Amino acid sequence: MAEIVIKNLRKEFGSFTAVEGSSFKIEDGEFFMLLGPSGCGKTTTLRMIAGLELPTSGEIYIDGEECGRKPASQRDIAFVFQMFALYPHMNVRRNISYPLASQGMPRAQIRDKVAEVARILGITDILDRPVGGLSGGDRQRVALGRAIVRDPKCFLMDEPLGALDAEFREHMAEELRALHDRMGATTVYVTHDQLEAMQMGDKIVVMNHGVVEQFGTPQDIYDKPATMFVAGFIGSPPMNFLRFHGRVAAGATEIAMRHASFKVPQTRSPFEGDMALGVRPEHVRLSDRSTFRGRVLASEYLGTTQIVTVQTQDGQIKARVPSDKQVRMDEAVGLEFTSSTITLFDAQTGHALRSELNEGVLAHG
Amino acid sequence: MAEVRLGNVSKSFGSTPAVVDMDLTIAHGEFLVLLGPTGAGKTTTLRLIAGLEAPDQGDIEIDGRSVTRETPAQRDVAMVFQQYSLYPHLSVRDNLAFPLRSPILRTPEAEIRRKVQQVAETLQIAHKLDNKATALSGGEMQRVSIGRALVRDPAIYLMDEPLSSLDAKLRADLRVELKRIQAELGATLLYVTHDQTEAMTMATRIGVLDEGRLVQIGTPREIYENPVSLYVAGRLGQPRINVLPAGVFPAAPKGADRIALRPEHIRIGAGQPAQVVRVEHLGDQTRLHLSLQGHALITLADPHTALAAGDALSVEPANALYFDATGARIP
Amino acid sequence: MSSYSITEPSVRLKWIACVLVVLYALITLVPLLWIIATGFKSSSDAIAYPPKVVFEPTLEGYVNLFTLQNRAGAEQLAANPPTTWYEQIVHDKGMVISGPSRFGERFMNSVIIGFGSTFLSVFLGTLAAYAFSRYRIPLKDDLMFFILSTRMMPPIAVAIPIFLMFRAAGLSDTHAGMILLYTAVNLSLAVWLLKGFIDEIPREYEEAALIDGYTRFQAFVKVVLPQAATGIASTAIFCLIFAWNEYAFAVLLTSGTAQTAPPFIPTIIGVGGRDWPAVAAGATLFLVPVMVFTILLRKHLLRGITFGAVRK
Ligand SMILES: Nc1ncnc2c1ncn2[C@@H]1O[C@H](COP(=O)(O)OP(=O)(O)O)[C@@H](O)[C@H]1O
Ligand SMILES: Nc1ncnc2c1ncn2[C@@H]1O[C@H](COP(=O)(O)OP(=O)(O)O)[C@@H](O)[C@H]1O
Ligand SMILES: [Mg+2]
Ligand SMILES: [Mg+2]
Repeated sequence: MAEIVIKNLRKEFGSFTAVEGSSFKIEDGEFFMLLGPSGCGKTTTLRMIAGLELPTSGEIYIDGEECGRKPASQRDIAFVFQMFALYPHMNVRRNISYPLASQGMPRAQIRDKVAEVARILGITDILDRPVGGLSGGDRQRVALGRAIVRDPKCFLMDEPLGALDAEFREHMAEELRALHDRMGATTVYVTHDQLEAMQMGDKIVVMNHGVVEQFGTPQDIYDKPATMFVAGFIGSPPMNFLRFHGRVAAGATEIAMRHASFKVPQTRSPFEGDMALGVRPEHVRLSDRSTFRGRVLASEYLGTTQIVTVQTQDGQIKARVPSDKQVRMDEAVGLEFTSSTITLFDAQTGHALRSELNEGVLAHG
Repeated sequence: MAEVRLGNVSKSFGSTPAVVDMDLTIAHGEFLVLLGPTGAGKTTTLRLIAGLEAPDQGDIEIDGRSVTRETPAQRDVAMVFQQYSLYPHLSVRDNLAFPLRSPILRTPEAEIRRKVQQVAETLQIAHKLDNKATALSGGEMQRVSIGRALVRDPAIYLMDEPLSSLDAKLRADLRVELKRIQAELGATLLYVTHDQTEAMTMATRIGVLDEGRLVQIGTPREIYENPVSLYVAGRLGQPRINVLPAGVFPAAPKGADRIALRPEHIRIGAGQPAQVVRVEHLGDQTRLHLSLQGHALITLADPHTALAAGDALSVEPANALYFDATGARIP
Repeated sequence: MSSYSITEPSVRLKWIACVLVVLYALITLVPLLWIIATGFKSSSDAIAYPPKVVFEPTLEGYVNLFTLQNRAGAEQLAANPPTTWYEQIVHDKGMVISGPSRFGERFMNSVIIGFGSTFLSVFLGTLAAYAFSRYRIPLKDDLMFFILSTRMMPPIAVAIPIFLMFRAAGLSDTHAGMILLYTAVNLSLAVWLLKGFIDEIPREYEEAALIDGYTRFQAFVKVVLPQAATGIASTAIFCLIFAWNEYAFAVLLTSGTAQTAPPFIPTIIGVGGRDWPAVAAGATLFLVPVMVFTILLRKHLLRGITFGAVRK
């Protein structure tokens, strides 16, 4: 079991900076998510933790010991690749036992170990099959088995479910999380799927262009985004932004836009310039009383809820409302926001302005 | 635009039935979505209508005229394929103009320019018209291939999972866009997908396919609230509907074998004792994974619930659906 | 700290690789360069030992290749003063030109037969490959195997029956006969290669065209052909190389009107003693068409790598 601390980690490929000064901490036994769009440096970060890539600068501590320059084989880490990297010429059992055999473990002990792992993963009955004919899910279980069998300090997984189809993916995600809960091993998991990250992670690091945008628990990141990127990347549909030019004083509880004004969580510092008001779709209500009005562009039925897209003078807003509420295309509707959930952003830098809502999170974020 | 009717159409490949006895009418101006997992026969259904496959039996009518013996060109349909959409050797403009230059349409060049420009603007790809088709992002390619159908004015548009390979954000945008375009054109559209969100958000009616059979057809709301079978109930809803032995809760109707509960149809506070196994905070909703007499159960809670793993609570059904041993609904 | 990647080769390794590749290229090019150089040497320079790398270039070899010459006495030389640069070259050796050699003719034969049979092989091969790729043909696999089997023995093994057939049909020593023969030999290779390429082109492209109102033939021309360009180009190069270099049948079946260059070049050696510059000049010229053809098609060959607007 391990605690991993990353300090000012940086990686350059020639003149291109793939990871820029990341710092975060992975607690012992945590299921930790590295989330971000493709190309943002997730894999590179993971490979540096694994020792497959040397950092340009910065430190990696595993259990308090700096090991940024140690070779991968001395770090006691298991890596699960995106494409199930199995040895095609070996059967399932040999694939799983391979890491042990190469460590020189006695035969009998290997047998027991493989049997135990197979039982945990529910693949006992396919142990003697060649890996060629296995389904996607079974292949992924075998790849996991090969990682688990060594009892490593931690698991690193690079989009392990990326190649599976949607329905099965959800199932495997649950299985992986349950497995983690049983074994309690520190796991670092890379994904570009925000739902997967929210669903499985204890903590999430959101990256963009090699920069750590925010680090925290899923609910904090969802409710109190530190940047517009995070707010727009997480949530389906993501946070709405109304952009405007305006000013707020420190301690203000109301913000004036061109055509409307809204109550907001008390601000902590003054600001003037291009701003964005961010509000999540589920915190937008349709209300006939409201003076902030718009025209319905579309409504999307989702079972218990529906997503209504409304065009207002200040921008487009998506609202998540109960599906029994009747809305017609082109109808004029009023909108109300749950004011305690609103985040204001500096539209130029994308950073959230400090307020009553998010000061606790932004302080150490 | 026209009405399209399939009458008892069947198609097998060797001994594999792909479409079985399909009876389906797509009304004029309708956005009909066929929903089913991979291998359910969605693509085959579209290919039968397009004339790329011949049915083993049954009849296909477009606007009251039987087209079963006609060639694809004669049927006047437009199709967006699941894959391989663009001709790599042509520019975006020539790709869009390709259907208009066919010997059947023989559109004058000035008219082609106008139409291509108009469709490109609707799909917001006008600035890419002179690119090579290969020099586009995935989302742009997909818009061009949808555009290739839209330049025509066919009896029906057929679309085969056109959004399945795009990333989430683009998919959400194009869903709204496609629905709007269809409404504006008043077009008849048959859209097949395995994605329940696409089906629910865009369809005027959803047809649910199970191994080549059309098992239920109705508005998204009808399918969600009144599924005829356990299979249909499992197709819509996220998180998925919970299925438990009927005896877990008291007062099951006669003949009921299983009870199905949507996560939002579980009341917390009274009824059977259960344990919280895990709490998932997804931001807008919080999912409680419960264990009820050894069965896994997922329900929703307030985003900021104080419940945590290990807590005990009681649950009871509200609005349960019951199914018999064959999976058929018990009313 | 220096930027250093475990998976990326180091700069030094890249240099070593670079040097090795350049060395290899030089070694393989030396014989070619030597032939080209020899074509521009004088007869004595060509056989000088140690070999001359620096020499005075002359077109003597090329003149010898294209002309027939006779040795002439001093009075005959004086009576025919040279009027052109090539007559001058011959004159300086104490000879006079008695007429053109047959090289030009042979060379043209090679061009007609080589390119003719290449065009025919690729044309027929594309149509056959398309049919084999797209249509349900009874006994398809057996037919494909049969087509391949025609290449299982060396073609020359059937030389005698072919010789007899050609004589009976009046095809001996005709352009048509040689084109037909090379086409027959190349066609099986063309069908197999092209079927592979056409199989790779998804049917959906043509089906989309069918739905858009095109006939199958139009879809073939507008959609399949442009995308098969890579395959057609590489098949054409293979076919041309075979037909261009073929020697055995050319010796056997042609003597006069339809003789190609390969059987002719060795005869140069005999004409005026060991005239190596003329042989080298012939070989150089003989290389040019295939090289030009390959370079012209190179664009299509490379395009194959970046091919396809397929969604992943
Ligand atoms: N070996 C390498 N050489 C040069 N650039 C690289 C290398 N590996 C990754 N990159 C670049 O670094 C960036 C981050 O890559 P990666 O960590 O793989 O992103 P992610 O996993 O988040 O998609 C990308 O722009 C990628 O092109
Ligand atoms: N050309 C074909 N040859 C043989 N079987 C086919 C062919 N096309 C489809 N099938 C089979 O028919 C069934 C339905 O396929 P398809 O219509 O492609 O399903 P979907 O589009 O819903 O995934 C599958 O079992 C598939 O394997
Ligand atoms: Mg990656
Ligand atoms: Mg399909």
